[in-house]
Amino acid sequence: MMGKMIIGRFVPIDSLLHRLDPRSKLIIVFLFICIVFLANNAATYFILAVYVGLMIMLSKVPFRYIYLGLRPILWLILFTFCLHLFFTKDGNLLFEYGWIKIYEEGLRMGILISLRFFLLIIMTSLLTLTTTPIELTDALETLLAPLKKVRFPVHELALMMSISLRFIPTLMDETEKIMKAQMARGVEFSSGPIKNRIKAIVPLLIPLFVNAFKRAEELATAMEARGYQGGDGRTKYRQLIWKQMDSVMIILLVLVAGLLLVFKS
Amino acid sequence: MDISLQKVAYRYQENTPFETLAIKDVDINITSGSYTAIIGHTGSGKSTVLQHLNALLTPTSGNVVIGDRLIESGRKNKNLAPIRQKVGIVFQFPESQLFEETVEKDICFGPMNFGVSEEEAKHRAKKALREVGLSEEYLTKSPFDLSGGQMRRVAIAGVLAMEPEVLVLDEPTAGLDPRGRKEIMDMFYRLHKERNLTTILVTHSMEDAAIYADKIVIMNKGNVYKEGEPEAIFSNSEDLIEIGLNVPDIVRFQQKLETLLGYKLDRVHLNMETFIMEVSDHLKKKEDNQ
Amino acid sequence: MDHKVLVAVDSLTFMYEDQQKKALDNVSFQVMQGEWVAIVGHNGSGKSTLAKLLNGLYFSAEGSIRIGDIKISEETVWEARKKIGMVFQNPDNQFVGTTVKDDVAFGLENNAVPREEMHIRVETALAKVNMLPFLDQEPHHLSGGQKQRVAIAGVIALKPSIIVLDEATSMLDPQGRQEVLELMKELKQENMTVISITHDLDEAARADRIIIMNEGKIYKEGKPSEIFQLEKELIDIGLDIPFAIKLRSGLRKQGIQLDKITLTEEELVTELWTSHFKK
Repeated sequence: MMGKMIIGRFVPIDSLLHRLDPRSKLIIVFLFICIVFLANNAATYFILAVYVGLMIMLSKVPFRYIYLGLRPILWLILFTFCLHLFFTKDGNLLFEYGWIKIYEEGLRMGILISLRFFLLIIMTSLLTLTTTPIELTDALETLLAPLKKVRFPVHELALMMSISLRFIPTLMDETEKIMKAQMARGVEFSSGPIKNRIKAIVPLLIPLFVNAFKRAEELATAMEARGYQGGDGRTKYRQLIWKQMDSVMIILLVLVAGLLLVFKS
Repeated sequence: MDISLQKVAYRYQENTPFETLAIKDVDINITSGSYTAIIGHTGSGKSTVLQHLNALLTPTSGNVVIGDRLIESGRKNKNLAPIRQKVGIVFQFPESQLFEETVEKDICFGPMNFGVSEEEAKHRAKKALREVGLSEEYLTKSPFDLSGGQMRRVAIAGVLAMEPEVLVLDEPTAGLDPRGRKEIMDMFYRLHKERNLTTILVTHSMEDAAIYADKIVIMNKGNVYKEGEPEAIFSNSEDLIEIGLNVPDIVRFQQKLETLLGYKLDRVHLNMETFIMEVSDHLKKKEDNQ
Repeated sequence: MDHKVLVAVDSLTFMYEDQQKKALDNVSFQVMQGEWVAIVGHNGSGKSTLAKLLNGLYFSAEGSIRIGDIKISEETVWEARKKIGMVFQNPDNQFVGTTVKDDVAFGLENNAVPREEMHIRVETALAKVNMLPFLDQEPHHLSGGQKQRVAIAGVIALKPSIIVLDEATSMLDPQGRQEVLELMKELKQENMTVISITHDLDEAARADRIIIMNEGKIYKEGKPSEIFQLEKELIDIGLDIPFAIKLRSGLRKQGIQLDKITLTEEELVTELWTSHFKK
């Protein structure tokens, strides 16, 4: 009934992107999101497309997985495209049929905006395809560390994230177990009138919540028994090591940004 | 009500990269009124088999016949509610299915889902509560205020109140203390006898299988490894040990004694009392002969 | 076996806030270094409350618990926890890390162990519990028994002098239970002090000493061979007796005398053979 999700859709391959420090990957995606707005003509988009294409190659991830990441968004991209196509009324009139009027600007904007979306989604997909959730958590914790000075609970957030990640498969298994138990008592989850299907959530959610509380309590007890007193004074087992390639990749993106500045109109 | 699995195979997540064949070529016949124990390691396929008994899972190949319903592979099987009512499953750690505000409401939940009137359901709830050894005063309590053992009994009552013809028990004593285990197993056996309730026990406990079951099915690596009556199954302990299972303590003890004696006793004993009787008879005969 | 007292419970009395009955009533006992003590009792006998107090989860106003020289109180509880490690009943609800090695490292991180040393201790602990091949494995791929072994590794990595197992085998299948019991035996052989809180008779039978809890009080205390002789009494308070003892008792009732006190099947079958059949 419930297939095993690849959490975060990480694909275990050995590639250059996989081996990068997750911090540099996060920074690259963040920077990319910023500079993508610099592109506003064919030349600049071409440069971006080449860059993204290079990233895809370096990730060694089969295109099938990238497509899976795009699929949920394809409708949104299509919608945006149509929005611009039919409602941007600038430039020469290209096509007319009844009250449908397509202008040059509309077509141009439609293509460019959709392309922007497209590239953004691919880049963020590459991030989750080449980085495990726990690596991302570590990266965030390290990057946000300076915020500790303003008493932002960085360690607590990172610990919350890693515990949540650890429990996702466990909770999914439990959901399946409870669903089966309630189905055996006559609950229909996937057929019948909508009203009933919504009511069916109750015998699923309440046990899940109750168990979740119990889990949380027991886990907190276990953590305290093992000496957990909060983030102060803890050492870290996992280590992030910044390598030369990480710097190279960031500089590469900066160069791309430079090219965009040169070629933009 | 009879249940039979005919050449059943089940694949999890068919047509995905995660496809796994959980059981294959499984033929199991459960006759009405019998008490069958299904034994096997974690991963042997016994929980997959269990879920076919009330059509929670439908086979990827082969058929399941539940009473007069035929569940075929490849067909969309509709209207499974009557099956779910007739074949009640008590899952492992059933207390995690409790959710209602009161014990009464939770026990009534199952029956009412199957069309039983509220009045009749409440009547059944009282009866079921008594059967699991809890007094009527528990009806108005919240299930979450009860101890673990009490919650388990309430959950069992919730299944009994559905008045199934077949009762499937998935490790019903998991996590209980010795007294709790004995009480629960004796209760199920009593219901089995009193109501001629076809009972299927999925368990790790050789002892329980030996004491309560009239037929044992052993699952190993997705196949039915062996089936038969307890005496026959346990007299062949090498076969069981080979797949990492055990035999009841008394059977093992008898074999150790037989090794020292150099001969076998008259029969394989599944409980201590009959074993002691035979040993005592043997010794008396020895004395008489001397 | 050293005769140093590692755990000293003195006149411990405790009542939960929302209850009228005492959960623990004037409980006193000691555990020596290197001993394996099994605390046995039915559900509700007070043994789980005892575990919580040993761990400093709750503090009682009456009576005391000393771990070595430290008397457990709110101020000293973190010090005490370094000496006494605990493994809990639910294998999932004590597994914090995203992988096996992360979980074992969790306690080390809490105690500010330097990273280089952490790596060594993690591997040593996992090797000891035979889980080294599973270093990078995620918990939902592990069996209950494997998760409990990781939990034990997490405790022994901190090198405490006492390990408390609070019903650590009650949610496991027979194979998992065997794995953990074997491990407990090995730990004790390495002079670790083991306190196991359980209702599993096979587990209790392996201990040096059994303390029986009933209704919040200590009912009886003694060696397994002494305790299991109490047969009927044990069953009356909701416990069970090991197979060999039950069988011996049944045989004796039929007039088959067996003098030697035997706890294991091996001993009993040999005794039966030599006393009655080998003539």
